[in-house]
Amino acid sequence: MRNSLFILVLLVAPLAAWASGEGPKLEHSDIDLTDQASLQRGAKYFMNYCQGCHSLQYMRYNRMAKDIGITNAQLMENLLFGDAKAGDLMTNALRPEDGEKWFGTAIPDLTLATRWREPDWVYTYLKSFYVDDSRPYGVNNLVFPDVGMPHALAELQGVQEAVYEHGEGEGAAAEHISELELVSPGTLTPEEYDNMVRDITNFLTYVGEPIKLERRRIGVYVLLFLGLMFYLTYNLKKEYWKDVH
Amino acid sequence: MSAEHAQPSGLLGWIDKRFPVVDVWREHLAEYYAPKNLNFWSFFGSLAITVLLLQIITGIWLAMNYKPSATEAFASVEYIMRDVNWGWLIRYLHSTGASAFFIVIYLHMFRGLLWGSYRKPRELLWIIGVVIYLAMMATAFFGYLLPWGQMSYWGAQVIVNLFAAVPDIGPDLSVWVRGDYVISDATLNRFFAFHFLIPFLLVALVFVHIVALHRVGSNNPDGIEIKENKDEQGIPRDGIPFHPYYTVKDLMGVVVFLAIFSLVVFFAPDFGGLFLEGPNFQPADPLKTPAHIAPVWYFTPFYAMLRAVPPIADSQFPGVVVMFGAIAILFFLPWLDRSPVKSMRYKGPISKFFLGAFIVSFVVLAYLGLQPSSDLYTMLARVFTVVYFAFFILMPIYSKLDKTKPVPERVTS
Amino acid sequence: MNPSAKARAAGAPVRADISKVEPGALLRVKYRGQPIWVVRRTPEMVANLASNDSKLVDPQSTVPQQPEYCQNPTRSIKPEFFIAIGICTHLGCSPTYRPEVAPEDLGPDWKGGWHCPCHGSKFDLAGRVFKGVPAPTNLVIPKHTYLTDTTVLVGDDGGQAS
Repeated sequence: MRNSLFILVLLVAPLAAWASGEGPKLEHSDIDLTDQASLQRGAKYFMNYCQGCHSLQYMRYNRMAKDIGITNAQLMENLLFGDAKAGDLMTNALRPEDGEKWFGTAIPDLTLATRWREPDWVYTYLKSFYVDDSRPYGVNNLVFPDVGMPHALAELQGVQEAVYEHGEGEGAAAEHISELELVSPGTLTPEEYDNMVRDITNFLTYVGEPIKLERRRIGVYVLLFLGLMFYLTYNLKKEYWKDVH
Repeated sequence: MSAEHAQPSGLLGWIDKRFPVVDVWREHLAEYYAPKNLNFWSFFGSLAITVLLLQIITGIWLAMNYKPSATEAFASVEYIMRDVNWGWLIRYLHSTGASAFFIVIYLHMFRGLLWGSYRKPRELLWIIGVVIYLAMMATAFFGYLLPWGQMSYWGAQVIVNLFAAVPDIGPDLSVWVRGDYVISDATLNRFFAFHFLIPFLLVALVFVHIVALHRVGSNNPDGIEIKENKDEQGIPRDGIPFHPYYTVKDLMGVVVFLAIFSLVVFFAPDFGGLFLEGPNFQPADPLKTPAHIAPVWYFTPFYAMLRAVPPIADSQFPGVVVMFGAIAILFFLPWLDRSPVKSMRYKGPISKFFLGAFIVSFVVLAYLGLQPSSDLYTMLARVFTVVYFAFFILMPIYSKLDKTKPVPERVTS
Repeated sequence: MNPSAKARAAGAPVRADISKVEPGALLRVKYRGQPIWVVRRTPEMVANLASNDSKLVDPQSTVPQQPEYCQNPTRSIKPEFFIAIGICTHLGCSPTYRPEVAPEDLGPDWKGGWHCPCHGSKFDLAGRVFKGVPAPTNLVIPKHTYLTDTTVLVGDDGGQAS
């Protein structure tokens, strides 16, 4: 049996390595959910640049404010637009039909974006727009080919162009993009832009599962309690079983 | 035996005259004699009951907040995760519990294979167990549609379309199951009803399973019948009362299990996309199938078999037959094993090899079922499907041919 | 357990405006809860169809998976517009549109078509199934008719397909 398990490992390991090689490489987002300043900046960027189109329809304003350290007064003043109330869900005024009309597809709600995609995906996606005149909005994306969305942060990042590399084989099929090159700088330096995108990713990761930090904290106590229970039940069992031979 | 005990008085006596509490307590706990040499593998029966109760309790609390409607289901799950007090914990306990239930049951079934617990006189006990396994799979399948995410929708779409492969009545059958021409609100509604109902049938089946167990007695790692060696009082010499010995031992097992379970619930409820799959955080979209869909891990061995069988005469039916056959063949196991001994301890190298190959095939098929289809994987799936069935179909031959070791009179420790 | 009257009544035909579909692009329309695809095939796409014939299960569309007026080499009323129910004939997933020629994963002979993510079935740009995949038949073409040059009615053809 041990031998067959060994053979199994030999058999599966190379397959697993091969299967994981699909899709473009994702950059490590290096986010930190405990960094409240980053979360607050991320929230601000999201409100300014994203929420015009993308809602966070399962998230409530006041919960977000409390969790990322914004006072109610700040929330009312800076983040609530129109007649939104503090306890409201973070929806926007767009209807799904509008998105389909403008972008050819419904605009996705982003509450759970970091759960059906990884945070690293979101981070890399926001950095991977490049000029492509064949697309309706003049840009394409490396990690999401033929995406319907325009580059909302183009002014800040600047314009990126694709650098092509000739791989094996012949013709257009062998051409693939090796990297993206910044051809005209935006209002932010590349480093500042990376930090901004990191803050947005951090914020969206928080929104994807607001309870995450709390659940880990509670988990530690639950495990401590179960450790104590184990000590008690283990000794109880030992006490009863000492006369069984 | 009960004549030797004093009649209880007071409230207990009043009840006992009308309902045999004392007899039940004695027969099934205090004077139910279990082999004293039960080891690690015997924990999983009591753990399965623990998880079943956990699923029922958390499930009822989820049902208090969940809405089985195509327009509201997805949002109501997020409402539970965000707005309901402790809703996130209840939901994670339930979603992790589903996977834990299958892990526990697979180990419990492996124990049965290891100790020969399906052999005479436990044939019926084994068969009831397989029925429980089927009912569990049905519950899990119905439950998986309820979050109404992309995986929920397309998983149900594929499975319900399997029914359409049945000759002649297939297409009508799949419409009948869905209650619509596509997976829709009507389907979600009825799946919710079944998902709520079957767990209570499971409780009844578990009760019957235990009644059958207590009639024939617990097996043990040696595969020896302890009832065949009793002392003057009619108590098996190798037996010890279930209560308190195994109640305290199982209690310890439950605590260890809960600790591992909590590690997942509190620190990795997605379990790397195996317990909660990424695409299921997107609401169901009938117009788009996600780039890669696979069933939840506990179904993937059977799903890999389905994919491994090529269509014959333009029909997917043979694949469906193979998939269900892989489960149905478990019913016949008690009569396939012709070895003179029960436990793997005293069986020879051929039996051990086949059991090992069977476990490997199950694990590899589970892995393949999670991967996108490719020519190499399809070929591998075919090979391991054959291995899976060979374990059963060749058993009458190899179990008879195989060398055996002498079985001791008394259990070993 | 059979469909209710409400479910049975939900099959009303739908109109689709196809004027804005770019050449080579795919438009999804919902009909009876299912995706209907409208693809505007480029002349090269149409010209490439015949080169697949030898690799197909049913190149002549002899199995009645389409109304009679679509039993032709392009499986459509107008060669430019291909309209089909976007549901794999195997187990009902919606195949992924892969219009590109000879991508790495689908091989050098690929002239564009659909690849089903569930079980790997492949269809060409006329929805015809390739040999050696699990799907048994070509994609279903729904009854449809052109109300104007740019509007198509899916689900009703005025009784042309008897």
